[in-house]
Amino acid sequence: MAVCIAVIAKENYPLYIRSVPTQNELKFHYTVHTSLDVVEEKISAVGKALGDQRELYLGLLYPTEDYKVYGYVTNSKVKFVIVVDSSNTSLRDNEIRSMFRKLHNSFTDVMCNPFHNPGDTIQSKAFDGIVSGMMVQTA
Amino acid sequence: MAGSQWELPPELCCRPMAFVALTGLDVVYNAVHRAIWDAFCANRRADRVPISFKVLPGDHEYPKCRTKRTSYEWYIPKGILKTGWMNKHLNLVPALVVLFYELDWDDPQWKEKQSECATKVEIVRTSLQGRNTKVAVVLIQKKTPLPPGEDLVASERAQALCHSCDLSGKSLFVLPHTDHLVGYIIRLENAFYEHAQTYYYTEIRRVKSHKEFLNKTTHQLLFVRHQFKIAFFSELKQDTQNALKYYRTAYSLVHELRAHETNMLEIKTMAGFINYKICRLCFQHNTPLDAIAQFRKHIDLCKKKIGSAELAFEHSAWMSKQFQSFGELFDEAIKLGLTAIQTQNPGFYYQQAACYSQDRKQLALQLCQAGASYPSPDPLDTQGAGLDFYGQRPWRQGQQSIDPPDAEKEKTGILALQIKERDVPHSELIIALLSNAVAQFKKYKCPRMKSHLMVQMGEEYYHAKDYTKALKLLDYVMCDYRTERWWGLLTAILTTALRCAYLMASIKDYVIYCMELLGRASTLKEEQKSRIEKNLIKVLTNEVPDAEPECDPSSVSAARSLWNDRMALAGSNELTIEVQDYIPFIQCKAKFQSPSFHVDQPVQLQVFLRADCPHPVSFGKLAVSLSNQEYNQWCVAEWSGQEAMSLLPGKTTCYNFSFVAKTEDVGKKIEMTGIEVMLGGDSGRCVFVSWRGAGGDAASAHEALQASRCSRRWGRNIEARQELDWDSLTMQHSTMIISRVPKISVQLSHQPPALTNEMYCIKLTVQSQEEAMAKDVKLTAGLKPGQDANLGQTTHVTLDGSKVCDDSAPSLLPDVPLGELKPGEKLEKCVYVKCVSTGPRVFLFHVAYSIDTTVEGRQIMCKCHKDETVTIETLVPFEVSVKFVSTKFEPLDRVSVDIPFLLMTDILSSSPWPLLLTSSSLQLLTVTSNTPQLQSQLQEVVLQTGECASECFCLRCPPQTNINNTVATGQYLLSWRRNSSSPDSPLIQTIVSLPHVVLEMVPLYIHADLPSFGRVRESLPVRYHIENRTALVQEVEMAVEPSDAFMFSGLKQVRLRILPSSEQEMLYNYYPLMAGYQTLPQLNISLPRCPTFSTQALKRFLPQRIFVKPQGRQLDDASIAAA
Repeated sequence: MAVCIAVIAKENYPLYIRSVPTQNELKFHYTVHTSLDVVEEKISAVGKALGDQRELYLGLLYPTEDYKVYGYVTNSKVKFVIVVDSSNTSLRDNEIRSMFRKLHNSFTDVMCNPFHNPGDTIQSKAFDGIVSGMMVQTA
Repeated sequence: MAGSQWELPPELCCRPMAFVALTGLDVVYNAVHRAIWDAFCANRRADRVPISFKVLPGDHEYPKCRTKRTSYEWYIPKGILKTGWMNKHLNLVPALVVLFYELDWDDPQWKEKQSECATKVEIVRTSLQGRNTKVAVVLIQKKTPLPPGEDLVASERAQALCHSCDLSGKSLFVLPHTDHLVGYIIRLENAFYEHAQTYYYTEIRRVKSHKEFLNKTTHQLLFVRHQFKIAFFSELKQDTQNALKYYRTAYSLVHELRAHETNMLEIKTMAGFINYKICRLCFQHNTPLDAIAQFRKHIDLCKKKIGSAELAFEHSAWMSKQFQSFGELFDEAIKLGLTAIQTQNPGFYYQQAACYSQDRKQLALQLCQAGASYPSPDPLDTQGAGLDFYGQRPWRQGQQSIDPPDAEKEKTGILALQIKERDVPHSELIIALLSNAVAQFKKYKCPRMKSHLMVQMGEEYYHAKDYTKALKLLDYVMCDYRTERWWGLLTAILTTALRCAYLMASIKDYVIYCMELLGRASTLKEEQKSRIEKNLIKVLTNEVPDAEPECDPSSVSAARSLWNDRMALAGSNELTIEVQDYIPFIQCKAKFQSPSFHVDQPVQLQVFLRADCPHPVSFGKLAVSLSNQEYNQWCVAEWSGQEAMSLLPGKTTCYNFSFVAKTEDVGKKIEMTGIEVMLGGDSGRCVFVSWRGAGGDAASAHEALQASRCSRRWGRNIEARQELDWDSLTMQHSTMIISRVPKISVQLSHQPPALTNEMYCIKLTVQSQEEAMAKDVKLTAGLKPGQDANLGQTTHVTLDGSKVCDDSAPSLLPDVPLGELKPGEKLEKCVYVKCVSTGPRVFLFHVAYSIDTTVEGRQIMCKCHKDETVTIETLVPFEVSVKFVSTKFEPLDRVSVDIPFLLMTDILSSSPWPLLLTSSSLQLLTVTSNTPQLQSQLQEVVLQTGECASECFCLRCPPQTNINNTVATGQYLLSWRRNSSSPDSPLIQTIVSLPHVVLEMVPLYIHADLPSFGRVRESLPVRYHIENRTALVQEVEMAVEPSDAFMFSGLKQVRLRILPSSEQEMLYNYYPLMAGYQTLPQLNISLPRCPTFSTQALKRFLPQRIFVKPQGRQLDDASIAAA
């Protein structure tokens, strides 16, 4: 289960970011922000090859001592980042993938809302609920 | 340097090389020996064998070899690895000792020298008692040796020497001191290298042989020690593959050791050493992934081995060092050609090292309480001898039992370590590691990681109380986070920066950070913002602000006195802050009401201000500066004393300004160059918040974009106008001053199309609708500039319509003064245009004038102008066609000399307007007119569209003309004008060049005199004139053929002679028999002397037919009478 989930706009500013409340929130912000370096690099590397056949899931972006950071980029260049505790070895690639898929679906629903202005931060309760379901449950 | 306890020993980090000692060399006083030594050690390149040489005196004492243990049964090891061991084998115990001795084979004192050499060898041997070190002898000789086997004396003496020194033949070398010294030296050292290899091989065997005596219970430490030694010897032997293998075994053995609190440090230290060696060798073998995997394994194994809780900072320090040295290894490998990638580069290891250093600092802060005094005697003192074993505690060296033998000693030891740790400059270490990491991430395209590390560096500087450096770093990266719109991170950085600014009492920085923390990008809570705003107000009123929370209390008091000094300081209490690139708490947007203003309208502009802070903010002055500074005085709003200008939180306030533009600025742009809001007042401190251009800040562009995207607001905006939507306010930073709208009408009347070359009249009517006198009216008329360049040369404009203008007339008449125009007055002007070529043209009529007017009570003189353009097509008025025909109106392809012919001209009007042809004339060349008084047949003829006028002239080519094939015949001149134009308008003369003709001579010319008609049964006399045009007598045969229509009298067939240039007349009387057009009897003429001449050529001169009238009636005819 994730310890931090973030949605980043095409222009690289955060649309949504949520982390487990027990730990330093700022640290997760920095982790997500620095992971964008790798995301950008991966996107530009893919851009040179077949652009339309792009795999949205970027895989493990980089491991730190404490966390694993995974990335996912939609076709409109909106980025999803999931941070998982390094000690959590039970999570497999497939599960991370399905988390991203769920996140993407929910994000699409948010965008379909006619009252949502694309580019504004996400304040949807439904999206919040989906994210909560994927986060590490803290008592 | 502090923290050196954690540095890896240099003998571990170096590349082990075989150690060879050279003795018997006097490198100080003997030049030959010096040269030999230099050849060994100077400029050692990578292709030379890896040996480290050392010059030692012949009687050098080598480390004593302890007596060999025969049994390990009762032996309990005191530690894993002695601290001196590596150094001993690198630098103290040689693999080979080489004795240099000067001795030639034919030395006269051979015997004595031989025994001296043997003695020296013996001394070395004694000193190496018990070691396997080899000894070799090098004889330095002055002579070049003969090839082996040829010098019998040499081989005999060599054998003798070997024997007396107890050396094998392989250990005796000869070094001739001649030209090729380096070559000999290289051969020598290769031989030394082989000896060294053998030595290390035997050493490995020796260590391996111990194994059988060891048991797993008491000698665990020795297992590690022996594997390490074997690996190290393998490295010295340059057998890195095996070295790696043994190190790996050693590594797994070290983790099998029973670990407890007292030996944890020793185990970790050794594990770290071995790990370092393994990683180093993996990089050396170009298997970086193995190195990384080993390192990961190492970290995972050791991460939790914290050891003593009171000394937890030591574990962090050790971890940090592990990461740092791996990073350095990685970096070194990259320098040797390894390629790293964005997600796997040394930067991550430096970063993690920094991270552990931060942990170390935290732990040190917790564990090392101030106040305790350093214990005496010093438990860490080892009487200058250092430790015996790596990683042991100075106060209980060599103890391997689980519990410390002396609890009291243990306590003081830990206390001493804690006190020492307090003095470690942690921040310095952390910053050095971070800056290493920054350099790496910069290289591997990680700008955000770099920024993040720079923030950490800034924070560390802040903790180290180096606020200037901290601010510099934080300020540098702040803008990255601002442009990427990560407000949470920006706020965190700003908060630290604000603390720095407070502690430094840097007023400007303090104000800037306050402003941004109060702004909309700040994620601070309302009460925080409220506190910051109060502080900001304090600074503005020249008071000392309250301290920022979480500041070091001692620093706060220092800062307070700094602030007091600042406040006491007079002057310099004005600050200008450029906020365009920040996100300040006052937002500003300004706009001109319109993108353009007429000069007689007041220019209006609005400035919108909005405060995002929690409390209302008042300001003293608002000023807009414009590109023309003269207007600035009109765009100032100042606090007048009664009502303060203040901004309410979240409300938009609008300020309107207007001014009258200067007439000189017509056609120019007026731009807002800046907006300033003055905070504070005269009593306290003045802060000018300044925006460039028309306001806006680092975030407003994005907000405007979002606002424009938002569909919700479209519909609502109409009904909810009174509440301004801040985000959708657009800025208009410049306006154009355009000239006053002219109140005159300009009308053109003319009759298109124009005809080529005519003076085309365009009548311009200017009527004033102004209420005042229009002065200085000027007309610019003519071809509109910017068209085809050729048109400029083929168009001429003039005001004088009385005569046809010439080519010097311009295509554009500029600034024709038309005087003044009273209100309602009308003015007319004719402009004449002559177009030489056809096609469309655009003509411009520009009427400019000036007028006095008042705007908002100010008298200004405005210049106005009105433009009128018209496109006029130019056509050819008529087509003239000219042809030459014979007197019988038959087309002529050539003209005979001295024979009359006709010139026919046809003028076909293509003008839509009737044309009046006033006259026409011929200007002849070569040919002359046959009629003495040439009269134009076209005088005053009016041609309608499509009508054609023709003229006919009888011409003749004079006889004396040279017969050069073609000749020019002259020009046809036509004078004309439009029929509708006034009689005094000028005539246009059109010149048509007549075609060239081909001339020919005829030898014989015949022409007939005959009446214009005949009558049936009445005599018709016909006289033929035959002229001989040649200079020869011509014989002519002539015959008249019978005809049904005529009877005739005269010579039917005749042959006659005609003299040169004379004429013969022949008379015939024809008697017509039938009425109507009748063919005359055929006259056949032939020139027997000139057979080429045909009758046909002559026939064209003769009439073919004649009209015969019927017979007339007599007057007394009965029929008439009957009538």
